[in-house]
Amino acid sequence: MTTRTQARDGRPRPASGRTDDGALRLAGVGRSFGAVEALRDVSLEVPAGEVVAVVGPSGCGKSTLLELVCGLQRPDAGTVQAPRAVLMPQGDQLLPWLGALDNAALALRVGGDGRMTRQAARERARPVLAALGLDGFAAVRPAQLSGGMRQRVAFARTLLAGAPVLCLDEPFGALDAITRADAQAWLQDALEAEPRTVLLVTHDVEEAVLLADRIVVLSPRPGRVVADLPVALPHPRAATDPGVVALRQQALERLR
Amino acid sequence: MLAALLLLAGLGAWQLYTVAGSVDTFILPAPSDVIASLWDDRALLWSNFTVTAREMGVGLAVSLALGVALAVALHESRTTRRAVYPLLIASQTIPVVLVAPLLVTWFGYGITPKVAIVALVCFFPIVVPTLSALGAVDPGQRKLMSTLGASRWQLLRHVEAPSALPALFVGARLSVAVGAIAAVLAETAGSESGLGHLMLQSIPQLETARAFAAVAVLSLFSLALYLGLTLAQRRLLPWAPLRPEGPTP
Ligand SMILES: Nc1ncnc2c1ncn2[C@@H]1O[C@H](COP(=O)(O)OP(=O)(O)OP(=O)(O)O)[C@@H](O)[C@H]1O
Ligand SMILES: [Mg+2]
Repeated sequence: MTTRTQARDGRPRPASGRTDDGALRLAGVGRSFGAVEALRDVSLEVPAGEVVAVVGPSGCGKSTLLELVCGLQRPDAGTVQAPRAVLMPQGDQLLPWLGALDNAALALRVGGDGRMTRQAARERARPVLAALGLDGFAAVRPAQLSGGMRQRVAFARTLLAGAPVLCLDEPFGALDAITRADAQAWLQDALEAEPRTVLLVTHDVEEAVLLADRIVVLSPRPGRVVADLPVALPHPRAATDPGVVALRQQALERLR
Repeated sequence: MLAALLLLAGLGAWQLYTVAGSVDTFILPAPSDVIASLWDDRALLWSNFTVTAREMGVGLAVSLALGVALAVALHESRTTRRAVYPLLIASQTIPVVLVAPLLVTWFGYGITPKVAIVALVCFFPIVVPTLSALGAVDPGQRKLMSTLGASRWQLLRHVEAPSALPALFVGARLSVAVGAIAAVLAETAGSESGLGHLMLQSIPQLETARAFAAVAVLSLFSLALYLGLTLAQRRLLPWAPLRPEGPTP
């Protein structure tokens, strides 16, 4: 089991420990930036393979939470125990000078041991892009891709990083309604084909109900867990299913 | 396009002034005299041009190599930056007019002192924009690289270096402009050939038009290098559009 204390590149990362069962555990986590308290006493346990949606008002510390899990920040209080987790940052962060394929393959070219040559990385990345419907776009640069396509490339890159935990920070926040529905469908397919533990930050409660096994609702800043709702609905889910509508209502009430 | 019109207008006014005012051609030759000299003295101009072009070419190549290496070194280490950056600024206050004759006494009339002067003048405009662009990488891209577990070197190789390339081109274009002046200055300090040497010789010989022709050749060469760099940037960095209001061929 790889953990953040033993990152694949061998460098020590800020972490409080490892987990043997692949689960993700946060206990009493607090994080402040100067006078701004972003998170307070957040405790959360996510078993391996679970998809957890994190919803909360703007600025309540959702991105901070993901960065703590990925080891990009240290908690000021409490402990974070996590297997290796990779962040899909808010905004796609594709490199403008690389084509779609090379952007996805970047995850295989950097990092610690066993980094691949450009050619080997491309060969590994190609089928992943194809599975996301980007067959003919290997050489196309981000500026020429649509918003939906850019998110697919960024997700392919995140998958190819090979971490057991994916932290997706508002992956579809910038997409229009139709593209977003489409994006939710391919994300669902991809996770079914290759299950991972997922923390999915979203502004959209409906998206949370459609995709997640569980919804964690954070309070306004400082972010605390105010509700933890299981989503016991079979896939595929539709926005109009009565179960989805009811749960969406319930989550929205906890957000107010 | 507009620049060409402006140039034509200037040349026209100049021609009118020299002809109508019957200015002595030793004092100020008319553009037509300069053009005549460009043709009549073409062999002389060409042989001296190749000398100056070589000095500039080698000098620019040296300053590019040194400039990039120095920018990366300064970027990678805070200590180096603290220690070397002030010296770098100080190096630009060295009066080239003083150093040039010194270098000639040290290295002789050959190409070495010219290359040294061109490099001294040109590496600064390469280091400064490149260094600042290396440090100005989007924090989101840094975050991405660190979540992918990239090493310091991989960050440089995959993100910082490519995103600094447009700034490197800006620096190179600036260098081309000052490099021509530096080469001429170095030649006037002591040389047996080159456009600067030719200019210096032509004026006491009352061949003022020839001196102007040498200047014209040098300007055209700098302009050609500048346009070449712009075209190269367009080809090599298609993802970084030149600023639309910027100079384009
Ligand atoms: N590096 C930082 N320095 C200072 N303050 C920060 C930093 N990162 C986050 N903050 C502050 O912490 C709070 C939480 O930020 P965070 O980005 O985690 O919120 P968020 O829930 O992701 O917001 P959004 O929905 O807008 O993405 C905000 O008030 C933010 O201004
Ligand atoms: Mg955020």
